[in-house]
Amino acid sequence: MDVTLSVNGIEYQRDVEPRMLLVHFLRDELGLTGTHWGCDTSNCGTCVVLIDGEPVKSCTTLAAMTVGHDVLTVEGLEQDGRLDPVQQGFMEEHGLQCGFCTPGMMLTARALLDANPDPSTDEIREAISGQLCRCTGYATIVRSIRWAAERGAGGNGAGPAAGDRTEAQEQEVGS
Amino acid sequence: MQVPAPFEYARATSLEHALELLAGHGEDARIIAGGHSLLPMMKLRLVRPELVIDINDCADLDHIVEDGDTLRIGALTRHAALLASDTIARLVPMITDAERVIADPVVRNRGTIGGSLCQADPGEDLSTVCDAMSSTVVIRGRDGERTVPMGDFHRGPYETAVEPDEILTEIRIPLRPGAGSAYEKVERRVGDWAIAAAGVAVWMRNGTIDDVGIGLTAVGLDDGLATAAQDAVRGREPDEDLYAEAGKLAAEQCDPVDDQRGSATYKRHLTAELTTRALRRAVERARAARTA
Repeated sequence: MDVTLSVNGIEYQRDVEPRMLLVHFLRDELGLTGTHWGCDTSNCGTCVVLIDGEPVKSCTTLAAMTVGHDVLTVEGLEQDGRLDPVQQGFMEEHGLQCGFCTPGMMLTARALLDANPDPSTDEIREAISGQLCRCTGYATIVRSIRWAAERGAGGNGAGPAAGDRTEAQEQEVGS
Repeated sequence: MQVPAPFEYARATSLEHALELLAGHGEDARIIAGGHSLLPMMKLRLVRPELVIDINDCADLDHIVEDGDTLRIGALTRHAALLASDTIARLVPMITDAERVIADPVVRNRGTIGGSLCQADPGEDLSTVCDAMSSTVVIRGRDGERTVPMGDFHRGPYETAVEPDEILTEIRIPLRPGAGSAYEKVERRVGDWAIAAAGVAVWMRNGTIDDVGIGLTAVGLDDGLATAAQDAVRGREPDEDLYAEAGKLAAEQCDPVDDQRGSATYKRHLTAELTTRALRRAVERARAARTA
């Protein structure tokens, strides 16, 4: 079936099977491998992306169900060469070890700060409680998100508006 | 890689459209909302629909409305919306209690109350809540709608009164004066299914428990209600002895099995303690609401 998705503000059109999960659409069809693919059972949360600004496990969402909605992946956090403060926070506070959970953690952090610019450590821990860090580096992840919050990272509304550009226009710009 | 078997996908633009799409497919069509129960089952080939009908655009199924003496909750209402709702917290705090311990915040962004009830997992928390609150559900087919009390909605594990060509559209919770409610759950780790849980609603009048609903999760009761405990509590003045007696009767009536979540003995112990705690907290809340 024809699936047209807005991902990081760019419209992509692909002909895929209805059974294709969003995580595989992003990774295999669009080459956006920043979204990681982990447990496949909506437990680990490494596949989290934002759909209309809300964290969602993309291994348990069909690409077809996402048509008409805006997807933000980790590739869309950085803007014009500037890291999102959340990304900067993970750098400054050593918020990652192996890095496998990091994209999902950063996107959930982005959504949290958009809704609540000054979250307590308890609120941060609650927000990321659907995501596992197999290095058990939770303390530094919480510190990284606080780092971003303390620098006014909240309420930025990450990512460009939907459908600003088409994939063809994007390639033109890039060439 | 876990991927469902092939199927056709259709997106319904309205409830009527969804019912049209369902017609004639029998058991081979399934409704998808949050998808956090159905897609895992499809990945494991426990269900293998030929047609998946997406109802996420049916906005008229997504609502929380205080309507006179009834609280109406649309089947498409997300867990996150239930947890965030002040109306729910004020009228049926047991739902807020339960939502805090259903899965995790990311899953709650997608999962719906209708999906939870229709999945009908024996360990499902909101079924217990709806049982204890004497709720009814609204089921719609092409020929019209019917309302079904929770006792008739349950047909056993993973089975409900919703026929293949029908859709659960709304949950209706009666609102009565003097109400208080609470949900208590023990799980192995955050976000897991209950080892055991108890949901209790009381309706107080002149210092006595005028009526009560005691629902139990994951401990093998067919209709989910601890009827012996309910009978013992009804019409009595609440005190610690009564809470303990209710817990003891609930533990005697339940019928848990040994499994990977715990032994039957442990689950019986939990049932007594959680029933006692939930009843105590429900009464406290009813009193607090009265003096508020």
